[in-house]
Amino acid sequence: MACFIVPATEAIVTTVASKKLNHTLETKEDTLGNYYIKNMKTLNTMLWGGSALLLFEHIWHGEVTPFFPFFTAASSPAKLSAMFHEMATVGVAMALLVTFVWAVLTLITYKMTHPKTSPSLEKVHS
Amino acid sequence: MTLFLASLAAVISSIVWYLSKTARILHIGTLALMLWGASLMWLVDAIHEYITLGAAYFTPNAKVMMNDAFLGMSVVVLALVIWFVFVLIHDPMHVIKTRS
Repeated sequence: MACFIVPATEAIVTTVASKKLNHTLETKEDTLGNYYIKNMKTLNTMLWGGSALLLFEHIWHGEVTPFFPFFTAASSPAKLSAMFHEMATVGVAMALLVTFVWAVLTLITYKMTHPKTSPSLEKVHS
Repeated sequence: MTLFLASLAAVISSIVWYLSKTARILHIGTLALMLWGASLMWLVDAIHEYITLGAAYFTPNAKVMMNDAFLGMSVVVLALVIWFVFVLIHDPMHVIKTRS
């Protein structure tokens, strides 16, 4: 019905947040937190792309229309209630899954690109 | 079927991203990420439908399957169009810039 609204809203929030946070990053070291902020572009692409393709699917199924109120579910209070329920369940789950997958992938790539050096090895090298 | 086709396209574009340097220059990673994002979202939708319908979810009638297949192919084409527009705007190989 309108489940894609939730990831699309998250995409707006993360896009604004990544722009603001990246601006403050320039002089800081490459910690895991900074790596997550730098990698937010990946999350934005997944959320924007996924939401756009799901919007197309909803247009295909006639659930979204180009004229007001844009959602066919908005025609009756019962359908509107079902739409909000779907957004709260399926929509939130979509946003959470995409964010979780991004968080795990970012952590893995951070571990791969920043191999942990043991203190004994550091002593040998110094 | 939509989930299957989108996931297949996501896997193929990811493999191409990994193997080809030219593809990486052409931002194929963006295409892969878009398709992965949509696939994950449709996965949630599929799980929700499975919880609602039960085993009947795996035995759709021919008409529904056909419609879903056309939708899946259209989604992949739309993703390719978005990616192509993105490539034209960024022009990473300076094709448009050198022509003008």
